[in-house]
Amino acid sequence: MSFPWAENYEPKHPLTKWIDAKLPLPRLVYNAVGAGYPVPRNLNYFWNFGVLAGLALTFQIVTGIVLAMHYASTADGAFASVESIMRDVNGGWFLRYMHMNGASMFFIVVYIHIFRGLFYGSYKAPREMVWLLGVVIFLLMMATAFMGYVLPWGQMSFWGAQVITGFFSAIPIVGDPIHTWLLGGFAPDNAALNRFFSLHYLLPFVIAGVIVLHIWALHIPGSNNPTGVDVKGPQDTVPFHPYYTAKDGFGVGVFLVVFSILLFFYPNTLGHPDNYIQANPLSTPAHIVPEWYFWPFYAILRAFTVNWLWIPAKLWGVIAMFSSILLLFFLPWLDNSPVRSANYRPAYRIAFWVLVLDVLVLGWIGKSPAEEPYVRIGQFAAAYYFAHFLLIVPIIAIVEKTKPLPNSISESVLHGEAEEAAPIGVGSAH
Amino acid sequence: MRVLISWIVGLGFVSALLVAFFMPREKVEPTAAVEFHKEAKEVHFSFDGPFGKYDRQQLQRGFQVYQEVCSACHSMKLVAFRDLEEIGFSKPEVKALASQWKTEVPAINPDTGEATTRKAIPSDYFPAPYANETAARAANNNALPPDMSLLAKAREGGPHYIYSLITGYQDQPAELLKKFPDAKTPTGLHYNPYFANLNIAMPPPLVADGQVTYADGTPATVDQMSKDVSAFLMWAAEPKLENRHRWGIAVLIYLLIATGLAYGAYRNIWRDKKH
Repeated sequence: MSFPWAENYEPKHPLTKWIDAKLPLPRLVYNAVGAGYPVPRNLNYFWNFGVLAGLALTFQIVTGIVLAMHYASTADGAFASVESIMRDVNGGWFLRYMHMNGASMFFIVVYIHIFRGLFYGSYKAPREMVWLLGVVIFLLMMATAFMGYVLPWGQMSFWGAQVITGFFSAIPIVGDPIHTWLLGGFAPDNAALNRFFSLHYLLPFVIAGVIVLHIWALHIPGSNNPTGVDVKGPQDTVPFHPYYTAKDGFGVGVFLVVFSILLFFYPNTLGHPDNYIQANPLSTPAHIVPEWYFWPFYAILRAFTVNWLWIPAKLWGVIAMFSSILLLFFLPWLDNSPVRSANYRPAYRIAFWVLVLDVLVLGWIGKSPAEEPYVRIGQFAAAYYFAHFLLIVPIIAIVEKTKPLPNSISESVLHGEAEEAAPIGVGSAH
Repeated sequence: MRVLISWIVGLGFVSALLVAFFMPREKVEPTAAVEFHKEAKEVHFSFDGPFGKYDRQQLQRGFQVYQEVCSACHSMKLVAFRDLEEIGFSKPEVKALASQWKTEVPAINPDTGEATTRKAIPSDYFPAPYANETAARAANNNALPPDMSLLAKAREGGPHYIYSLITGYQDQPAELLKKFPDAKTPTGLHYNPYFANLNIAMPPPLVADGQVTYADGTPATVDQMSKDVSAFLMWAAEPKLENRHRWGIAVLIYLLIATGLAYGAYRNIWRDKKH
């Protein structure tokens, strides 16, 4: 197995020759993340976040598997079993806090990764498939995170599950039977908790599988870069190893420092206090709020307050919330501009930063209670969100006057100067 | 064509939202609970901050307040007597505390199989004051005293909130009654501006200096007792806080060095590569 533009792998040692002939795994590694994978030389730190997302998933899987050894997925025992992990299991507090905050770290890096793609046009041809698979991963992550949050069976777990599964009852006519069937009852209980646990354990491995496809699809055209200009020749690239393995090593270090500060000193800051109260179907919390990474979408859900075009408000909200993510699938074809990087697209660049601001506003609204002025701000921000992707971006792509692109990556980096020799021991880059 | 489709879909969403945006709103009447609610007081605890540690003496005093006052109504079902060794009680002391606890533990008579009770032992969790929720409500004017095991993590503001609540009882301000004549605290409830809806069922638990006689001789003012019991509740909710802080410092020192080295390696490898 090889990628179209990977360097040819030539095993030297008899053992590696023997293995490569039987199972070309060393070849795959060499071509995928080794010295055989040429990568644009001008990637900035925003290109670290793919690796960081993979690392975050790995942490979640490892801590999750150990937590599952101590967890009891019953409505009566779940809350107490989580507390016994926190109190009586050796290092259990560490595993649990790491898993809990690891989810937040995973979403932080993935959001940066997605916005990186939006800024530099990484979703455009020839990388549409990379983008599509990325959106699939994002949807799977959201499902996994939601079901994971239900497992401790606290108040927010229960009422969050109540609200989210309630979406399905918005479907006309068949909504209620579907809702009951999905939950295994009329409200979240043992049946729902058990299936959520089962799926929460399954989906991360599905995510891992789709990540393999995501990286595979990436390796067909190779990485995008901050100029968005195609690689023209070997002077534009450096081998992934050691150049980007070293840079990723530093990125991983910074990621771990931030993660550790959160985990060891602010483990409950991103959580909701109500989830330390055991689930009680008879007592509704004053404000039902999802985890922070869902706030923007929760704001969109709640922004629809009027029946419009014969569609009830609740159904509008559910359709809009799902559409807000599903429309990302169409983005490569909504944005028709041939220029990828926003650095050379003055109008799109402004629209991008307004979108970032808009999503932050939506997040703030999603966290806030459904009162004025929050509802009105949320309605405007949600309208802008849809306008950005469906109205503004397609028009910008047609009318925008883009800036001239550099002739090549190496030209944009070297400005006509000569390349210097590679450091001793690293070997020539090309 | 696709721009046209995207505009039609986009205008659908945007129009629904803009119609909602311009809908007139029902006027929301201000409520006493919004205007008179207070944020938790500023109070310093020894466990605040990344280097924070529990003060063992304070935790023991706080335990004494819980034992003599709070535990009359509030259960603490996730904390076991054996856990008290972590706050400085010796094994024999824990044994004595367990066996002298005011409520006994439900048990089965080994001869007859009938339900009975026995004295608590160190491996038992704190026995609850009431047999069940119904009994607890019946004894408390239909209010349920919450379990205290996780209280300090289950409220916004944590121990600061608990301290503010215990010391925050007061008469209902005249200003409030003038503005909201209907918001008079009902009989059986108590005005407390730190409580979410201002009217709490729990009567002031700590009312007089010296209500508890501290074993270590610390003057038991209401303020001191409130602070001590808040600290104890934080320990009950987060017993591994000190391990967490200790690990955190060590891990961060390690990671900062490792990240510094990783940065050096990165700069060295890229030394002659313009990018």
